[in-house]
Amino acid sequence: MTKRFKRRQFIKILGAGTGGAVLGTTALKAFQPGEKTDNFHLLGKATDAATPTYCEICFWKCAGWVHKKDGKPWKITGNPDDPNSNGRFCPRGTGGIGAYTDPDRLKTPLIRVEKNGKQVFREATWEEAFDYIADKMKMIKKKWGPECVALFTHGSGGSYFKTLLKAYGSNNIAAPSYAQCRGPREEAYLLTYGEGVGSPERTDIRNSKCIVLIGSHIGENMHNGQVQEFSEAVANGATVITVDPRFSTAASKSKYWLPIKPATDLALLLAWINVIIEEELYDKEYVKKYTYGFDELKKAVKHNTPEWAYPITTIKPHIIRETAREMARHAPATIVHPGRHVTWYGDDTQRVRAGAILNALLGSWGRRGGFYAQAKAHVKKYPVPKFPKPKKNWKDAFPNQFPLANLALSSGICDATIPTAERDCSFKGWIVYGTNLMLTLPQPQQTLEAIQNLELLVAIDIMPAEITGYADVVLPECTYLERYDDLRISPGRFPTVALRAPAFEPKYNTKPAWWMAKELANRLGLEKYFPWKNIEEYLDYRLKSIGSSLKEMKEIGVKKLENEEDLYYLDGEEYEFNTPTGKIELYSTALAEYGFDPIPRYTAHEEPPDGYYRLLYGRAPMHSFSRTTNNPLLTDVKSENEVWINPKVAREWGIKQGDYVVLENQDGVRSNRIRAKVTQRIRHDAIYMVHGFGRSDKRLRRSYLRGADDTHLITRVKLDPVMGGTGMRVNFVTFRKEGEA
Amino acid sequence: MSRYAMAIDTKRCVGCTDCVVACQTENDVPVGYCRDWIVEATSGVYPELQLEIRSERCNHCSDAPCVRCCPTSASHYAEGGIVMVDHDDCIGCKACIASCPYDARYVHPEGYVDKCTFCIHRVKEGENPACVSVCPTHAMIFGDLDDKNSEISKVLQTRKHKTLIPEAGTKPNVFYLL
Amino acid sequence: MQEINITSGRMNPGVDPLLHAWGWEIPLYLFLGGVVAGILFFSAVYYLRGKANDYKAAVKIAPLFVPPLLALGLLALFLDLSHKLYFWRLYTTIRWESPMSWGAWTLLLIFPLSTAWAATFVKELYPQWDWKYEILNKLDDWLKKYRTQMAWALIFLAVILGMYTGILLSAFNARPFWNTSILGPLFLTSGLSTGTAVVLLISKNHEERKRFSKLDMALIGIELFLIIHLFMGFLASTEVHIHAAHMFLGGPYTAVFWSFVVGLGLLLPLFAEVLELKGYKIPVQIPAILVLVGGLILRFIIVDAGQSSRWLYKFIEQMYY
Repeated sequence: MTKRFKRRQFIKILGAGTGGAVLGTTALKAFQPGEKTDNFHLLGKATDAATPTYCEICFWKCAGWVHKKDGKPWKITGNPDDPNSNGRFCPRGTGGIGAYTDPDRLKTPLIRVEKNGKQVFREATWEEAFDYIADKMKMIKKKWGPECVALFTHGSGGSYFKTLLKAYGSNNIAAPSYAQCRGPREEAYLLTYGEGVGSPERTDIRNSKCIVLIGSHIGENMHNGQVQEFSEAVANGATVITVDPRFSTAASKSKYWLPIKPATDLALLLAWINVIIEEELYDKEYVKKYTYGFDELKKAVKHNTPEWAYPITTIKPHIIRETAREMARHAPATIVHPGRHVTWYGDDTQRVRAGAILNALLGSWGRRGGFYAQAKAHVKKYPVPKFPKPKKNWKDAFPNQFPLANLALSSGICDATIPTAERDCSFKGWIVYGTNLMLTLPQPQQTLEAIQNLELLVAIDIMPAEITGYADVVLPECTYLERYDDLRISPGRFPTVALRAPAFEPKYNTKPAWWMAKELANRLGLEKYFPWKNIEEYLDYRLKSIGSSLKEMKEIGVKKLENEEDLYYLDGEEYEFNTPTGKIELYSTALAEYGFDPIPRYTAHEEPPDGYYRLLYGRAPMHSFSRTTNNPLLTDVKSENEVWINPKVAREWGIKQGDYVVLENQDGVRSNRIRAKVTQRIRHDAIYMVHGFGRSDKRLRRSYLRGADDTHLITRVKLDPVMGGTGMRVNFVTFRKEGEA
Repeated sequence: MSRYAMAIDTKRCVGCTDCVVACQTENDVPVGYCRDWIVEATSGVYPELQLEIRSERCNHCSDAPCVRCCPTSASHYAEGGIVMVDHDDCIGCKACIASCPYDARYVHPEGYVDKCTFCIHRVKEGENPACVSVCPTHAMIFGDLDDKNSEISKVLQTRKHKTLIPEAGTKPNVFYLL
Repeated sequence: MQEINITSGRMNPGVDPLLHAWGWEIPLYLFLGGVVAGILFFSAVYYLRGKANDYKAAVKIAPLFVPPLLALGLLALFLDLSHKLYFWRLYTTIRWESPMSWGAWTLLLIFPLSTAWAATFVKELYPQWDWKYEILNKLDDWLKKYRTQMAWALIFLAVILGMYTGILLSAFNARPFWNTSILGPLFLTSGLSTGTAVVLLISKNHEERKRFSKLDMALIGIELFLIIHLFMGFLASTEVHIHAAHMFLGGPYTAVFWSFVVGLGLLLPLFAEVLELKGYKIPVQIPAILVLVGGLILRFIIVDAGQSSRWLYKFIEQMYY
């Protein structure tokens, strides 16, 4: 049995000797000539057949084709049959080749060992790595029970590890995309409509006449199909109303930009509801037929007048009225976008619910230009034996908390790993698939503490990342361009199934996740849960159930199926919602039952003290957080992030365009240096930066210490009492000069 | 005769840089170089702001200073008025780089001067340039101005548009729809 | 208030953040071209005026420096090329619209002609010189018969060469600071001035020195006049030209231009030459060297500043990429 490390050190540089090969392989060159670049007239010829794939650079999973030229990787293009991309990839998907060519990739399994008092990774064979993991997992199972192993997953290959973990006896499977991202949204819509919004979202933006965006920066987030529809709607003259303290790209396309004071969105939403009710602008028939609790709502928002909201939000009453009327004028083809990353202030479920209520008043749910009914293909699962029933799960660590959390909280599992007197369920093993927890979870100091209490930390990834530096075993996965994966079964206007097939042989000593999970299962005596011989057989079995086959899918990439349901189903039809009352719950009976506000109520949030500014963060269209910040093609277009500072603020601090500054938060934590973008596009009381930069792993040669990491500054969160989401826009920062004490 | 041109809709464009990445892979543009780029021009004072997003590249000018100043005819007009650089005629004197008001040219690591080709290899096959074909927001239109029925001719007849620094007198063929 | 950002991080080497197509090679080449033009011009003019023996340094000795200076200039030009193996392509076409092209052809003509011109004076300067081969001696004798024609051709080509060094730059309307027709005459004048400086350095004849000192003073006067006109023209032109002028009137080039080029390279030598004419004893080398150095710096600054001036993104102040 391998011994447990008392204190896990972050392994940045591998020790000389054993790990040398991993680190010092090739020197970084800006340009590697290879063979002479062809003249223009030669390009486009000699192209080899294309391989179907769906993109793994983000969760939108657009389907496309991988092209080779003279046998070498060339480009990736969209599949026109794919509704997620409509044949047009976003920059990240287009730059996907860079994930394959990145010379900094993980190349071989690594095991943490101690050498001369220093922890280093040694290169290992797959057998050694699997044996190490299997031994530890058996030990944990024996000593504490299988429930003490948790899986964090984000990405296609994670499904095989889910199977592995369930077979092993644990259902503690979490994705940071829930509690750190869209969890409150799903719960708010579940509470209101009995259904979530889904991913890709069921928003009928293409047909919308009026689109209301609350802090959602479509266009800077390249949720491909959605951005395409947004652009289409803008070109068709749709009214866009954007609520954002920042003049975002979407704001620049808007008829109304409401430069709201940060953290006051709920007040604005309530004022809108007030206007729509008081001026009787709501869809009376729809509200009468489908909703529950209108009178309670009317009473509750009586005092939330635009005049009430004005001093809170700084949005003038006549603008609030005008925009409310504009929404009503286009209803039901008006959509109050539910957002995506909504874990902001801790009352997020309630805020998103206010938007959901607004949609109900406008009658846009289930109507053209609002929210449509999604269709999803029914593809048979490969039969496996029943999973054992776990005796406990993560929720036991939080008695009476987060009653409405429907999915596991990554942050909850993280907290439950730190043993306390009152908790009996503390985690001993983490398997982390494709998610860089150090940058994904807020309060990295807490994550670090949790890690120190683990018996086993396995990281499966393509690139070195902050989390792999803390792992006991690192398993290098091959990129999505080098492997089969499970089918993509996305919901949409019509059902589709997409195939990912390997375009290239795996580079280095990397392997696909399905193979790793299957091999581990063999060692744990769980092989009956992976009864298929290989992935081809598995995929072919599933595809046969929809009348296709692996062979056909390799030729078409995407299979469109018939949609038997109506997209718009609430034009007077009878419908029973999956809520306690069977109606759209303007007044939530479930929330009332658990003692929460059944109708959203505005509470003021803490404001930044003098000289401090609210830390806002977001996305850039060419990056998927830290996942792409080392991709050679994408770092070429954006290699570091900047901090947006209003010119007035910059003048006060003597900060000039392009200066490097250091940010310090309310707890005295400092960021890496980051360039100032002095711009009118941000309010005076907030600063903004793109998430995913400021990487601290030296092995990432293109992104190491480029820009600053916002997560590092998010040392506190406000928990959403309803579902445990971690509100992260509650941190305040001030400026320090580089090198200043 | 044809006269190829591009129209870029600043209303649709979100500045995602897909055109840049697509160009890079399609044309094997070396890392660290680019043939097209995104400009965001903000005007006004908070909160009265306007933002114009432009995907920029060689303008394939009808009166191209780079062609004029090239001492070896390496820079020339190819079919449809596409401004091309013949690598084997280029001596790398960089006069064309200095002459371009749009800074659209650069010296390729192999020594010759390089720039956007409107993907002439694709255009010859009847396809759109890579940037146009990939643009997620359909913000770019490519076509023949001499064909009055082409999409680009029609859109330029109906939509308000501009070119970049027309006062430089180069008669650019990349148009920005406003 | 306009903010301009290239959000795709354009970073083409030699183009961003500021154009840097040409480094030290081109300004050196332009400078040497100017010196050569100046030397040949005065050599030919005074030959035709029958002053070959009075102004020996100007007519006979200075041209000996021309072939090596020209070779050096061409070497600099060659070093600047980034696709060197294709150099010969310059001489497969003549493109009249391209100053680079006709400049290259002018050099092709002026190189052998000036070499021949200089060669005809070798035997006069070094009577014991022998060309070793009979054919060369014969050629020398034959060439001597055509000195007058050669002189006329040289005057013509020298003026073209001198102008060309400026027109090469002024033809680029993309660079507002270069885009002025003053640059041609300015560089010609400066070239002639540096030519006189070479003569002043090598001449031992008092009369000749005095003559060239006066010439230089006149040329410096013209240069100052042209420089003033240059800025007057810019300031009365479009926004980008005004912006270009401001680089020298308060902007980054102000100190170096007005102190080194105008102060040390023009005013100080002018002052020294005036004093000398008035009878003060000032070593003639001082103004001559100042003029040469000033001329060199002028080329460097103008080549550099031109590349910093542009039409499209007037955001030199806020560039940081």
